[in-house]
Amino acid sequence: MAYLDHAATTPMLDEALEAYVATAREVGNASSLHASGRRARRRVEESRERVAAALGARPSEVIFTGGGTESDNLAVKGIFWARRAADSRRTRVVSSAVEHHAVLDAVDWLAGHEGAEVGWLPVDADGRVDPEELRADLAAHADRVAVVTTMWANNEVGTLQPVAELAAVAAEFGVPLHTDAIQAVGQVPVDFAGSGVSALTVTGHKLGGPMGVGALLLARDVAATPLLHGGGQERDVRSGTLDTAGIVAFAVAVEAAVKGQQEYAARVAALRDELVERVRAAVPEVIFNGDPVHRLPGNAHFSFTGCEGDALLLLLDAQGIACSTGSACSAGVAQPSHVLLAMGADDDRARSSLRFSLGHTSTGAETDALIAALPAAVDRARRAASLRTSR
Amino acid sequence: MRVLAAMSGGVDSAVAAARAVAAGHDVTGVHLALARNPQTYRSGARGCCTLEDSRDARRAADVIGIPFYVWDMADRFHSDVVDDFVAEYAAGRTPNPCLRCNEKIKFAAVLDRAVALGFDAVVTGHHARLGSDGLLRRSVDLPKDQSYVLAVLTRAQLDRSMFPLGDSTKAEVREEAARRGLAVADKPDSHDICFIADGDTRGFLAGRLGEAPGDVVDADTGAVVGSHRGAYGYTVGQRRGLHLDRPAPDGRPRYVLSITPKTNTVTVGPAEALEVSHVRAERPVWTGGARPEAPVECQVQLRAHGDVVPATVELTADGLTAELRRPVRGVAAGQAVVAYRPDPAGDVVLGSATITA
Repeated sequence: MAYLDHAATTPMLDEALEAYVATAREVGNASSLHASGRRARRRVEESRERVAAALGARPSEVIFTGGGTESDNLAVKGIFWARRAADSRRTRVVSSAVEHHAVLDAVDWLAGHEGAEVGWLPVDADGRVDPEELRADLAAHADRVAVVTTMWANNEVGTLQPVAELAAVAAEFGVPLHTDAIQAVGQVPVDFAGSGVSALTVTGHKLGGPMGVGALLLARDVAATPLLHGGGQERDVRSGTLDTAGIVAFAVAVEAAVKGQQEYAARVAALRDELVERVRAAVPEVIFNGDPVHRLPGNAHFSFTGCEGDALLLLLDAQGIACSTGSACSAGVAQPSHVLLAMGADDDRARSSLRFSLGHTSTGAETDALIAALPAAVDRARRAASLRTSR
Repeated sequence: MRVLAAMSGGVDSAVAAARAVAAGHDVTGVHLALARNPQTYRSGARGCCTLEDSRDARRAADVIGIPFYVWDMADRFHSDVVDDFVAEYAAGRTPNPCLRCNEKIKFAAVLDRAVALGFDAVVTGHHARLGSDGLLRRSVDLPKDQSYVLAVLTRAQLDRSMFPLGDSTKAEVREEAARRGLAVADKPDSHDICFIADGDTRGFLAGRLGEAPGDVVDADTGAVVGSHRGAYGYTVGQRRGLHLDRPAPDGRPRYVLSITPKTNTVTVGPAEALEVSHVRAERPVWTGGARPEAPVECQVQLRAHGDVVPATVELTADGLTAELRRPVRGVAAGQAVVAYRPDPAGDVVLGSATITA
């Protein structure tokens, strides 16, 4: 077994799992007024403080959510709605071409249903946004822009964006910037206040916490219209009974991931570099995608020229090796990566790509297993792909 | 063997995959995504290739305990099956898209990809028998028999195919599915053409080919007896939906005798004028033994679930001819003529070809 898909989800940390189980055994709704309720509330608020401290935010800026997709939707739609409500001219959203679908589709939805106009920022061949592109867009449209949303780190190719520079540009024009930092927290230093962003998405299961819990860090001076209406549990911006056990485990995981980040990044980047080198040596005609320097430590992303990614995935899966092709549609059909297309890759190269992502349980033995299986798999996938063109 | 199970999301392919596992094979399930936009195809019970079918196939694979993937065959399906279907109708013929899908997709594009990826065979839920003797036979469940739509497969294709359901009736397959805990056990059978969402073939063709009004002509007198909005919408032997202006002099029903795309004419006449005793066909395959040098006494079937008639079949340089012992009505160009050898262990498919006249 080689689990090389930590960017999809990573095993829960023992301490997070233990905290989850211990809290889940306790009865109590954090909104109840009695002793059990107060105990649950205390656990939630302690967790809020821990998350805030780990990520450079104030506790009141932490809004617990049901995970990354909800946080992204709340930021993009919620800030758009609130800013447009305050000034009806603000109907423009600025985003990048390489965002995760949780942002991309939320932006598209605003365009399709709320009359939003969208400025898509291009990326270079490594997948990076140029802050000058943002400056140009804002200079032309500043009074019409409701929100800017650009990710911290790309989930497919691992490229880090110049978030602080982008946030500084947005600040010049008085426009709030949201960043999806789901892949970044625990991998690279992330400081909410220091980065200058107005809103930041983080989720539990990418950093050793449970699935289904995350947070939106939202600066106090930025309003967001709720997606979910109800009890108003989270600053009246998010409703729903608080998932006490999930929140506690999430906070434990965030704290541990941030605390161990430097050591983790050094160890995992070394493993990753070795993997990249060995893949290049083992397989001819492989393209390493993404920024070689500004990059997540655990991400290795390749295009295997002449292969289809889904065929490679099947063959590696049969050898016990888990990796990812990027995104699939709702029916499960692998799609050519919009990220690679935005980076200037053609359709074939986009379809030929595979992501190997390392994490806290990764070992060199997993790389050994990959290298043992990969050359034969690539040969077979190339033969299979050649059928398509030869007919 | 390493085998690839093509899983439609229906009960047959799920049980076929389960039986392949039970037989000791290393099985991987694959659902073929054939629709460019899955929502436009028939939903659930009425066809294939919807999101619901993809989910059903995935759940069946979970229960059976095999890996599962979705393969995108939409482009191939559209060029080789859907476009071919439209072109055949436009040329005045009556295609069988299921047969074409077997010939070009399941046992060609999918099989070739599977073999290239290291699989030894493809297993499907077709109701037909394919034993160790390599001969393709009818299913024991004659009303469900699908050997007709498989008869187009070549020796090389059959050698890499497995049909584990041929010895079972559909009822037995459903019982087994229930016993195995497969939720698709009572899923209704699919019918008709999966890529025509509402079952309206003529409407589908009109959307692709446009309306082309023309005459309906009486075969005997040459008189124009009605009009149509596109000759492609008719099939030989059709009686309903002709909307003729005047009845035949003898008052008997008229049938479509032929379609002439060149003049956009539909020719009608009495039932007996439909009778055909001599069939010509092209692109023959012969899998029931060595290619015969002499005429073969056998039985032929001229459409899916059609009657079986005794005939003498002869392979020619460029095709196949069949002399029928008794005339058959409604033989349409584009359909397959399939030759069978009667056999107590299941009638054996000898060969097939595409009817031209």
